[in-house]
Amino acid sequence: MRRIGVLALQGSFIEHIATLKRLGVEPPAVKLPKDLVGLDGLIIPGGESTTIGKLATTYKLIEELKRLGEDGLPIWGTCAGMILLAREIEGDSQTRLGLMDIAVERNAFGRQVESFEADLVIPALDGVSSEEEKGKSFRAVFIRAPSVKRVGEGVEVLAALDEGVIVAARQGNLLATAFHPELTEDNRFHRYFLNLVEL
Amino acid sequence: MSHRSKICRREYDMEREKSTWTVKKGLAQMLKGGVIMDVVNADQARIAEEAGAVAVMALERVPADIRSEGGVARMSDPQLILEIMEAVTIPVMAKVRIGHFVEAQVVESLGVDFIDESEVLTPADEEHHIDKHLFKVPFVCGCRNLGEALRRIGEGAAMIRTKGEAGTGNVVEAVRHARAVLGGIKRLQALPPEELMSAAKELGAPYELVKEVAETGRLPVVNFAAGGIATPADAALMMQLGLDGVFVGSGIFKSEDPPRRAKAIVEATTHYDDPAIIAEVSKGLGKPMRGLEISEIPEEELLAPRGW
Repeated sequence: MRRIGVLALQGSFIEHIATLKRLGVEPPAVKLPKDLVGLDGLIIPGGESTTIGKLATTYKLIEELKRLGEDGLPIWGTCAGMILLAREIEGDSQTRLGLMDIAVERNAFGRQVESFEADLVIPALDGVSSEEEKGKSFRAVFIRAPSVKRVGEGVEVLAALDEGVIVAARQGNLLATAFHPELTEDNRFHRYFLNLVEL
Repeated sequence: MSHRSKICRREYDMEREKSTWTVKKGLAQMLKGGVIMDVVNADQARIAEEAGAVAVMALERVPADIRSEGGVARMSDPQLILEIMEAVTIPVMAKVRIGHFVEAQVVESLGVDFIDESEVLTPADEEHHIDKHLFKVPFVCGCRNLGEALRRIGEGAAMIRTKGEAGTGNVVEAVRHARAVLGGIKRLQALPPEELMSAAKELGAPYELVKEVAETGRLPVVNFAAGGIATPADAALMMQLGLDGVFVGSGIFKSEDPPRRAKAIVEATTHYDDPAIIAEVSKGLGKPMRGLEISEIPEEELLAPRGW
């Protein structure tokens, strides 16, 4: 059985773990470096990126996660997780892994009253969609969400809002979404990530 | 702005559905496993953020001071709330009085991320809580038992917390309320469907919510601990009991070394099931806030019985 760890320092890790279990994957919670042994992939959940970054630093996870990501371990960050994966955080020097060649803006849409749901068209999900799901939009939940301001070469844009704001991207083994697939029943993004793990 | 771009703007806005139930309770889900700290000004907010708080709660005075000074406790000065919002990047919550929907309108207009309709402040209405469905911003409310939790959710609360007994540094009431809620859920799960209507009547809670809790075995929203948490071990205790996260009020800024204690409580909340880490972070933290024995508080000075 595949083992996809979920960083469980803070945030929506229980939701990710529940979705992975339904997909028949073993999802160990990761809180300390020893929990990173023997993983086939890792999810960094939504939550507060400053909190997760501080705890990851104090408990010596940052260097280890960087090394694993550079060695090709598939890592998916949702919301706060995307911020931690980014090489650049606009106007901020907070802790990050800096693995993905993207620049993100925190709270890009504003405060909580500006949080929203939207239907996204994501062609990349067709590969994991059943006949029934093909062409169906993805209900994306954005909560005090970041957005991707710039992507480097080798970064594939997976989804954008109508006006062109990038909200999902992939760079090889790394996946980032500004929204929260773990908050909905639609598990196509989780299956998409499992495909990266199988590659 | 040209006519054309105005139309475009409107199209985008129509696509984005804001303030849905998913979005409201979703923010609470993002706070799970974290610590929300009471702060009275921007300096305290910065200390909280630096320590790893997932959010800060703006209020006029911390509960321990409300308790000792007496008088009517109200929402914070809007100026102070704005300064706190300016000082940190994490979510900012603000307390309003039970039933005081205008205070809620005011703090919503400031742009806070969450409103706490709180028994810690002096109630404005002794019979009715705020109709929280009317607001765009999500609400958190206190409870002592399952019925009270479900009444607040019925009114639109997107997050629940135990009341505990704020400003005492004594965790006993928070434990009592947590066990009452979680035990109440277990009892509902054991009931056959035909008994759920009577259960709803006894709980004084909406039938649909009672049914949902009996089926899922959990509250439909995130459930935090609050009221009397003063040490890293207190926070871990509430997490091991099964709550989703922790509010700390007076416990931090009424202690000898707030930055260190705040950081220690954050770490103990994450590593709540690892006693060696809780021991490590608890070392040499200095004096905690001075606690109060609940039985020594005159009944009329207890905060938890406020609201219903």
